[in-house]
Amino acid sequence: MTLLEVNNIHTYYGNIHALKGVSLTVEKGEIVTLIGANGAGKTTTLRTICGLTKPRSGYVKLKGEDLAEYPAHSIVYKGISMVPEGRGVFARLTVMENLDMGAYSRKDNKFDADFERVFTLFPRLKERRNQVSGTLSGGEQQMLAMARALMAHPSILLLDEPSMGLAPVLVDLIFDTITAINKEGTTILLVEQNALMALSVANRGYVLQTGQIVLSDDAKSLKSNEMVQKAYLGME
Amino acid sequence: MQQEKSYLRQALEQGLVGGAIIVLIALLGIVEAFKERSIVGTVLSMGQTFIIGTQFLISYRTARKAGSDQKMAITGGAVTGAVSGLVLAFLVLLSMLFDLRPVFLNASPALFSILAFGQSQIVGMVLLVVFGAGIGALAGVIDTLAVRIRSTILQIVAIVVLTGLLAELIKLVLGQWPSIGRAMNWMFAGKGLSIIGAVVVALVVLVYNVYQAYAPVDPKKKPFFDAENWRGSKGYVRIAISVAVLLILPQILGVYMSEVLDQVGLYILMGLGLNIVVGYAGLLDLGYVAFFAIGAYVVGVMTSPEIAPKFFGMTFTWWEAVIPAVLVATSFGVILGIPVLRMRGDYLAIVTLGFGEIIRIVALSDLLKPVIGGSQGIQGIAKPAIGGFVFQDQQSLYYIILAGVFLAAFVAIRLRDSRLGRSWMAMREDEDVAEAMGIHLVTTKLLAFATGAAFSGLSGAIFAAKIGSIYPHSFNLMVSINVLALIIVGGLGSIPGVVVGSFALVGLPELLREFADYRLLVYGALLVWMMLNRREGLWPEEAHQRELYIDKDTPADAEA
Repeated sequence: MTLLEVNNIHTYYGNIHALKGVSLTVEKGEIVTLIGANGAGKTTTLRTICGLTKPRSGYVKLKGEDLAEYPAHSIVYKGISMVPEGRGVFARLTVMENLDMGAYSRKDNKFDADFERVFTLFPRLKERRNQVSGTLSGGEQQMLAMARALMAHPSILLLDEPSMGLAPVLVDLIFDTITAINKEGTTILLVEQNALMALSVANRGYVLQTGQIVLSDDAKSLKSNEMVQKAYLGME
Repeated sequence: MQQEKSYLRQALEQGLVGGAIIVLIALLGIVEAFKERSIVGTVLSMGQTFIIGTQFLISYRTARKAGSDQKMAITGGAVTGAVSGLVLAFLVLLSMLFDLRPVFLNASPALFSILAFGQSQIVGMVLLVVFGAGIGALAGVIDTLAVRIRSTILQIVAIVVLTGLLAELIKLVLGQWPSIGRAMNWMFAGKGLSIIGAVVVALVVLVYNVYQAYAPVDPKKKPFFDAENWRGSKGYVRIAISVAVLLILPQILGVYMSEVLDQVGLYILMGLGLNIVVGYAGLLDLGYVAFFAIGAYVVGVMTSPEIAPKFFGMTFTWWEAVIPAVLVATSFGVILGIPVLRMRGDYLAIVTLGFGEIIRIVALSDLLKPVIGGSQGIQGIAKPAIGGFVFQDQQSLYYIILAGVFLAAFVAIRLRDSRLGRSWMAMREDEDVAEAMGIHLVTTKLLAFATGAAFSGLSGAIFAAKIGSIYPHSFNLMVSINVLALIIVGGLGSIPGVVVGSFALVGLPELLREFADYRLLVYGALLVWMMLNRREGLWPEEAHQRELYIDKDTPADAEA
């Protein structure tokens, strides 16, 4: 079943034509990755999906429902959670307060099971739950941002460059967790510059170049694709 | 040896800084203006206090840096003091060689006579250096004393000077009961303390300190304002006593001090409102006075016998006008909010600044003259009354203000801990992420503006009743700046901070009316000092403090 459908979106920043007709689909239960160089439009695609920037033409559909009508804040209620680039934790709030904010869109207030769940995924956060999140390390902030997004019970999680600025050992940990989250049933759209890592965890992948999808295939074939190897995996 | 050299160089630099500060104070005319104003009888005038105080503080600072080496501390103190004296001597020398008055208006012969201790200039110059070294060495010696003795001495000096400074106010309060006032007359001389008075004050502080030193120490004792002290049966007693004190305060303090309290209270009300806008929601608003003006004008238009009958066919009571005043202010909060929804930071500040000015200029304009009186303002505004009792003077209006402050503080606390409060703080941290969490930025922002405006409108409504007539020029930019400054000084986002900030920036200047000419100078200096040394404010919000001073028990690893 197609969970998320992005069809031929054109997004502009002022006069700059950032996305020139991007189309992609994410099936329920998949990890799909969007790889590309700096400025290719990866982040813009995510921002367009969750409504922070509106496309000039084209549409985004979640479970068959067009999201054009909805302002950014209400798209969360539809089931899309985003972990923004550079983490974007609320620096002056504690870890617990950040997690509370993640559940802002929920109608119920039975969060205990969810705290339990995110603390199982990220034991480090449990140790630091009363610490101000601005004082966490980069890796911990990334974990917190992901945990916060999970608090909203999303049907699809958008991750923007989760490995950015992290030490290699932490990158491994983050990607293991992405797989774990997916196994629990959350669909994931992953934007990454670290193409090798992204393609190893994903089912399928899209390659974005200057605002256009130039290639799409399952992850394994992309990994062995000559052009991908040359441009993104640094192999000759 | 190397260390000693660099320390002495520091001492020298400190002395130059201290000297420069005193020269500044002297050339601004502060020393001369207060040469007659006594702190302690004929022994110490306020002008001298400024010179000696500065020398003492800066030398003490130098001495502190010497650490445990006593000899070095005393030497350092003396060097600093002597250098600062030398700078002053240099100023005296300059005054002998050149006529400084065309440039520095205050470089009068009287000033140099004070600086030279009334002696001839040459002798004065020598005295200045010797005296400075003496003060500095004294500061050094005090630094080397045991902690308890040192703090006792410093307390005595500080409290004697402070009592001398505020002697007139104390006399004023005591004067409410003529018999007590007369009985305490021996304490005072001129505008300051008498010598006997100073000795008595010193003794009281001394006795208190000795008592403290020998009193049994209760290890479980918490700081006065610790939340635990205010719970349980003991807590209720404390709360009851505090409320009782607040209620009888104006009766004890008299009319003048009640007026000061009233002003502080009105600023607390405004501060609580702006604290929501700037402190919680992070929206920098420089036109906050507009809502204060709107609240005041609505009350004016509805209750003034000159204007109200024209529009309503009758005049309303203050109570009937206050609710519309708050509502109108609130809706203007929303009206301002809508066009600035997409703005942040500096841009928002500029637009709100303009809004504040627009309201003031509209109030001045001929267009609205028939309604709100143009530059002639509105007179005859009703005072609040309950039954036959009219809240006529400062002492009774205090209770209205107190009630308003309590109401506003309660609302502010409840809002802070609510879902709305959380979304304000999330928005302050990062608008995009807040939106991605499902926070509706438009309503959240507008609610912040509206709540802030409501508090300010209430403050304006009480202000109108208090002074009975309002004019556009009461609502100038300085009010907005003052409110912003007081919440920053108190601690952005902190409710007790607003109270502390209001007392510091509105109350203190009122108490130090004597310094009228130099108030803004002190104000500015205080702000600069605050931002350098205590950025989080006098009574900071918990989260802000957490951010600046990371708890050492839970260090943030830097493995990533």
